[in-house]
Amino acid sequence: MKRRNFLKNAVQASVALPSLINGFSFHAFGNSSPFLQSLLAANTETDHVLVIIQLNGGNDGLNTVIPIQFHANYAAARANIFIPENKALKLTNNNAIGLHPSMTGLRDMYNNGKLKIVQSVGYPQPSFSHFRATDIWMSASDSNNVVNSGWAGRYLNTEYPNFPNGYPNSAMQDPLAIQIGSATSLTLQGPAVSMGMSITNPSNFYNLINGISDTAPNTPAGKELQYIRLVAQQTQQYASVIKDAASKVPTQATYPTANSLADQLKIVARLIKGGLKTRVYMVNYGGFDTHAIQVNNTDTTTGSHANLLKNVSDAIAAFQKDLEFLQIDHRVAGMTFSEFGRRIKSNASIGTDHGTAAPLFIFGKNVLGGTLGNTPNIATNVAVGDNLPFQYDFRSVYATMLANWLCVSETDLSQIMLKNFQTLPLVNTLSCKKAANLAGDILISNYPNPFTSSTVITFKTTGDHTLIQIIDTTGRVVENLVDKVYTAGTYTVVFNAANYPNGVYYARLQNMVNQQVRTMLKVQ
Amino acid sequence: MAASINNSNSTPAPPPLTGLTKYIGIFGEQQIIHLLKRTMFGAAFADVAYFKNKTLPETVDELLTSSLLTPQPPVKEYTVPATTLVPDNNIAAGSTWVNDANTDGTINSLRRSSFKKWWMGVMLKQQRSIQEKMTLFWHNHFATETADVGNAQYIYKHHQLLRLNALGNVKNLTKLVTTDSAMLVYLNGQLNTATAPDENYARELQELFCCGKGPNSLFTEADVKAAARVLTGWRNNASTISSYFDTARHDTTNKQFSAFYNNTIITGRTGANAGEAELTDLINMIFTVPEVAKFICRKLYTWFVYYDIDATVETNIIIPLANLLVTNNYEIKPVLKALLESEHFYDTLSIGCQIKSPVDLVVGGCREFGVKFPASSDYTSSYGMYNYLVNWCSNMQQNIGDPPDVSGWKAYYQAPQFYEIWINSDTLPKRNQYTDTMVVNGYTFNSIKIMYDAAELTKLFTNPSNPDNVVDTMVQYFYRIPLSNNSKLQLKKDILLSGQTSDYYWTDAWITFINNPTNTANATSVKNKLRDLAKYLMNLAEYQLA
Repeated sequence: MKRRNFLKNAVQASVALPSLINGFSFHAFGNSSPFLQSLLAANTETDHVLVIIQLNGGNDGLNTVIPIQFHANYAAARANIFIPENKALKLTNNNAIGLHPSMTGLRDMYNNGKLKIVQSVGYPQPSFSHFRATDIWMSASDSNNVVNSGWAGRYLNTEYPNFPNGYPNSAMQDPLAIQIGSATSLTLQGPAVSMGMSITNPSNFYNLINGISDTAPNTPAGKELQYIRLVAQQTQQYASVIKDAASKVPTQATYPTANSLADQLKIVARLIKGGLKTRVYMVNYGGFDTHAIQVNNTDTTTGSHANLLKNVSDAIAAFQKDLEFLQIDHRVAGMTFSEFGRRIKSNASIGTDHGTAAPLFIFGKNVLGGTLGNTPNIATNVAVGDNLPFQYDFRSVYATMLANWLCVSETDLSQIMLKNFQTLPLVNTLSCKKAANLAGDILISNYPNPFTSSTVITFKTTGDHTLIQIIDTTGRVVENLVDKVYTAGTYTVVFNAANYPNGVYYARLQNMVNQQVRTMLKVQ
Repeated sequence: MAASINNSNSTPAPPPLTGLTKYIGIFGEQQIIHLLKRTMFGAAFADVAYFKNKTLPETVDELLTSSLLTPQPPVKEYTVPATTLVPDNNIAAGSTWVNDANTDGTINSLRRSSFKKWWMGVMLKQQRSIQEKMTLFWHNHFATETADVGNAQYIYKHHQLLRLNALGNVKNLTKLVTTDSAMLVYLNGQLNTATAPDENYARELQELFCCGKGPNSLFTEADVKAAARVLTGWRNNASTISSYFDTARHDTTNKQFSAFYNNTIITGRTGANAGEAELTDLINMIFTVPEVAKFICRKLYTWFVYYDIDATVETNIIIPLANLLVTNNYEIKPVLKALLESEHFYDTLSIGCQIKSPVDLVVGGCREFGVKFPASSDYTSSYGMYNYLVNWCSNMQQNIGDPPDVSGWKAYYQAPQFYEIWINSDTLPKRNQYTDTMVVNGYTFNSIKIMYDAAELTKLFTNPSNPDNVVDTMVQYFYRIPLSNNSKLQLKKDILLSGQTSDYYWTDAWITFINNPTNTANATSVKNKLRDLAKYLMNLAEYQLA
């Protein structure tokens, strides 16, 4: 072929992103002994799944769950965007509130007892910054603390403390958590590594399971790229389990089209039904930062916010129907969250600015349907800077889902949530079995745990440089307990925490290419 | 989809048809990044900026200058176990061991380790020169294995021989390597005597170092035997850390070579200079064979451009380069200059087609991220860190100082896969784990941490408050194949904007990060986003290409 032709074909490749990306790349270095393989996978045995739906941008709670009880004041504060009382969707046994008119799907779920509305969820000293508020919701930190891990990541680290060493193994060959999106978020970040993996987007997912490969330029570089991608696909530890799981579900219920949340939830339902033991899924829907033109001024029940809420409602409703169709609805509970609500008073751009507390939804067959909390009280004269106080700390919601849905024990719960939070009546509490043993290779452990002033850390090293750092929840290294060369073997070292405040500490072992983190709790 | 490893679904694109004609196109950022990624380890921001105002010839000339600063030799950073039979207490901690003749097994094991760590450090701190890439090239070419050589002093001496001659005369280098102590051990030269000739080196000299194994390399078994006899008599003296010639062991008869060597007869000599004189004749004889220059140029081409050498490349590139090598009496620089200034080198089809070797991945990555290592005065910490990186490279199947065998690393000769041999189901996850660990956790030794700091790197970009600029620049420096606009937009939104739709959220966060870095919450948020973006980009297959 003439060189000119080559160059014509060789130029721009519309290089697509890969289908799957690990939260943290790992390689099973250690050999799982048959003994270990015979042990149960996780700390706690449960087949429950939690689906977390993030609404990006700060969802306007007051137009989502309309305060019928205070409608006059509400309408006065938001003259240009309020939802008329007679348009709000009525809810069985609750006249105090109504749902946004586009949320017919969620209205039906509420009336069938499968939806819980939790009013005014927030936290003290809330942040009005998207990034900071999102980090707070994901890390479950106090607003004046920076915590470098996510609440679900810490949960997964408690359940699978040896991850990633020795994973995947025959006892747990599936991802611990799956997120749909480019990167695994802070929510899934454990104390040292990300505990989840991501599926880039729905169309990449279908390319993966249908074996459609990406294009590459027609050049030597393109040839090498294709080779590497091939190996990447073969070594993506979870590609095969995901493909297998997907292949076991030939039919699903109907989902709305042109609805990216529905696309994501459809994949989630398929993977759960397909048999993955993955317990946490995270999906994402954005556009809620409605500073301007939140509604159409000719009809406030329509407009950008209305479209978003319709998609959310339709997607969740379709998802729930699919779970019932696939006969897995008893295993799945879902929740929405957004980094903040919006201002009580609307602005001149027919929109709302950043606010504070807002309602969130919990849904599923085993959810205790209804409304938790009072209707947020709207004053007669609302000032531009007024915001809603919170009634429930969002961490209570997390604590409840962990304890009552994922069967986390009390001790573990306080380590994961970093503090004690009350549990709320959100889901049916079901009994959970407790497994005694852990799979994967244990490289570091400590006893006693929890401890009051000191604890003995036991660790295994393959030799050469070995490091044990004690890290607090902000990610700060408070001590380098061990930092030298060892010959291969098992050793102990005492961590004396007498002068440190109570709380969660992570002992991070780094032995050349191996690393592992042990969660420790210092108590009174 | 069951696809085989040899992905021959499509016909591979042939290499470019351009020739050695000088490149006269734009010499801008893209070309500089390409040139630096090939001639150095990684294209560090500062280095690209440095060459931006220079022409291509100026840049190449500078890269072809040997380092003006010779690195300090490796030091004693190890602790000697009490059970060592002959400890090196005469060498103070932090002083060099390279001139200390110690043959104790434990000491040499520690010193071989020390050598590798030191070499890693030299590569990491490389000057703006092709010299370190060439040193590694010669190590791969004149392969030796430290595990077999054993004597760390020999190993260091051999290594310095390669480095100091890296940009010099290949014919002279070949001659010097032949009587180098490490090589005499490795390929049994020191056991090659008149009464018991050992053909090992004589064979590899022809098959691996000079003539190659191609269809035009026609040396015979008799040539191997004859060459072995020429090379009899060389020995090592461990006390003086040098080799010497022993006339008593030398075969003084005439040595007849085949038609491939024009039926040359090398006259057998006697006396103290016999070895040197006959060796000179041998080298001269071998280097008159036209195939030698071509063989060496093919190796250089595979190292710096690509492994696919078909008839067109052979005619348009290899043969002209070989002619250049011969007319310059086997000086390497003119050949490298011609190649690096050629149209062929900058052709689209020559770009991005190399799979990074493990050393390239590790050292290049550290340099591109501007990883700061402790001062050499803190030798314990710095060597500890170099050791970590040596280990990673070894895990990824490139143990510097110890290639798998005398042929060097397979990636540079094993058809049909060549570079693809670096990437398999074991090594690719390790590459990803390496970059993940460096960008997320870093490595701590003696309470000092090294890591790939994405935020510090971003500070060097032209307009980091613009999230598009951040993604574009990172992609431009990490990849040789462009990412589609849609992909870049998704990454910007998902990672830099946390799912928000307005760029100014990033801009505000970045500006606050710069003006108010003590705002920990914001700083953490910004650093984590950049970390996640860098991590993501390094997880993609594109990152493995240079």
